[in-house]
Amino acid sequence: MSEQIVYALEVFANGLMSGVLYALVALGFVLIYKASGIFNFAQGVMALFAAMTLVGIQNGQVPFAHLINAVLGTHIHHFGWHIHSVLALIFTVGVMILLAVAIQRFVFRHLVGQEPIILFMATIGLAYFLEGFSDLMWNSEIKTLKFCVAEGTCLPQGMNMAIDEAAYNAFGTGFFIDNLDISAAIVAVMLVIALVAFSQYTKQGRAMRAVADDHQAALSVGISLNFIWILVWSVAGFVALVAGIMWGAKSGVQFSLSLIALKALPVLMLGGFTSIPGAIVGGLIIGVGEKMFEYCFGTGQCFGGIINLGGATENWFAYVLALVFLVFRPQGLFGEKIIERV
Amino acid sequence: MSTQESYVTEDGRTIGPTVMEMKNITLRFGGVKAITDISFDIREGEIRAIIGPNGAGKSSMLNVISGFYVPQEGEVWYKGKKRPPMKPYQVAEQGIARTFQNIALFEGMTVLDNVMTGRIRQMNAGLLSQAIWKGKAEKEEIANREAVEKIIDFLEIQAIRKTPVGRLPYGLKKRVELARALAAEPSILLLDEPMAGMNVEEKEDMSRFILDMNDEFGTTIALIEHDMGVVMDLSDRVVVMDYGKKIGDGTPDEVRSNQAVIDAYLGVAHD
Repeated sequence: MSEQIVYALEVFANGLMSGVLYALVALGFVLIYKASGIFNFAQGVMALFAAMTLVGIQNGQVPFAHLINAVLGTHIHHFGWHIHSVLALIFTVGVMILLAVAIQRFVFRHLVGQEPIILFMATIGLAYFLEGFSDLMWNSEIKTLKFCVAEGTCLPQGMNMAIDEAAYNAFGTGFFIDNLDISAAIVAVMLVIALVAFSQYTKQGRAMRAVADDHQAALSVGISLNFIWILVWSVAGFVALVAGIMWGAKSGVQFSLSLIALKALPVLMLGGFTSIPGAIVGGLIIGVGEKMFEYCFGTGQCFGGIINLGGATENWFAYVLALVFLVFRPQGLFGEKIIERV
Repeated sequence: MSTQESYVTEDGRTIGPTVMEMKNITLRFGGVKAITDISFDIREGEIRAIIGPNGAGKSSMLNVISGFYVPQEGEVWYKGKKRPPMKPYQVAEQGIARTFQNIALFEGMTVLDNVMTGRIRQMNAGLLSQAIWKGKAEKEEIANREAVEKIIDFLEIQAIRKTPVGRLPYGLKKRVELARALAAEPSILLLDEPMAGMNVEEKEDMSRFILDMNDEFGTTIALIEHDMGVVMDLSDRVVVMDYGKKIGDGTPDEVRSNQAVIDAYLGVAHD
């Protein structure tokens, strides 16, 4: 195989993998939007909060250490223990469920029946609050996320490593794929299967779909809206946690993690706001699209370099693609077309 | 005649003791009185109709029974106990199912899925059991599917089992909604204008289903209609409302000859 083709394939595969990560974030949006009609601007910050909480619990950080020290004049920062990753994961899931209960109890329960734009504004407020809250709770330093199931079986790290260590040399041909991306893809597939099974085959899943469809009808068959909304926010919190772990391992746990939400927007416009498969396919298209576009036209390596935009196309490609979709297919690839009977 | 004694109707159905009793219900929206001091009862196994002209407060009454509205005054007694103020889903959990005047179905789901949601009350298996599809969950799902299929057969909607409800015409949607309510095996089934907007043939079908349901499953039914003709043929006892007040209560024949009812429906000359 010529070196050029191998390289193009490598770009393609890496695009596919980063697409999986976009899809993970977009999934959280779709879940909440489907069940409650709320576009959750805070999804990215939830991923940040989840990742920070996981790292904090793992390292035995004292929550609100700065606040406590400032008020009491003490100097505590760590409990001085390290907690096993799996155990920390379970605790973090617990924290995300508590967060879901709090969000429902203190914010959205008071906004039932309000206009979508008001709910959207509430999630923006929530995003800023949660951002400050996670800094206050776990401090704002950049943290590395090491997630190990057992001694030696760790989630690969995406940074600070030589190519040979961080990547998998497929077929010994110099075809490199990031190890972390492979793990992320596997986890994402498992997550999607679990989510689909949950929503299709369990009572709670059926109730979730019912609530998404018609509140009044759901009430009349004995479904508690409050419970379902807490459930939905918990599931979205869990998806945020998974996305937070993957992105955190890739580029460190830091503020910029919350900006991945912005990358999820074009994914949603492509895939449709209400479709789980749409989120996946949309993520893959954006991931592959922006990498291939950069390769072909950004750096001018295709078609004899007739178009060379001089790089940095990754920053805007996704949004332009979304714009094109908005013009020609506003409901997205898999979104439900809204038909009003006259 | 004491209301607690069972009796057998002319066509051989047994009407049992009182299952629900409304005592002096008053419902206000701000300064507007939708219902004023209304009392009536529903007995086990009967078809009880609430009729009245438009705006009489019939739907409000149904919403009080099903928990969508909480009355300012009065008590609701259910199965011999006073019912505290409840959310609609709690009322549904107690075995009171309902349909809506404007149809409230899960449009994106299939007919089968819609009817299955009616049986949420009968699903108790844990999440884990459901996830691995073993033990209690498996047995439950099979039993629930059997019950649902029986109802689908009964209401003659087999042909559209897998069709998304959004695509169905109005008459069939009404029937699917009825199926979902019936799937809950309710102690009381509340029907809000089951024949509104239907043509004669559809009305006849619906009447037949209501009678058969009551006959075969022994379902207690409370229904609202403003079309007097249909109601008189269907029901055992009728409550008549006008301007939020009860103006008549009794068998169809008693109600028909009640002067206040005739006035309300035909109008009365004021001189």
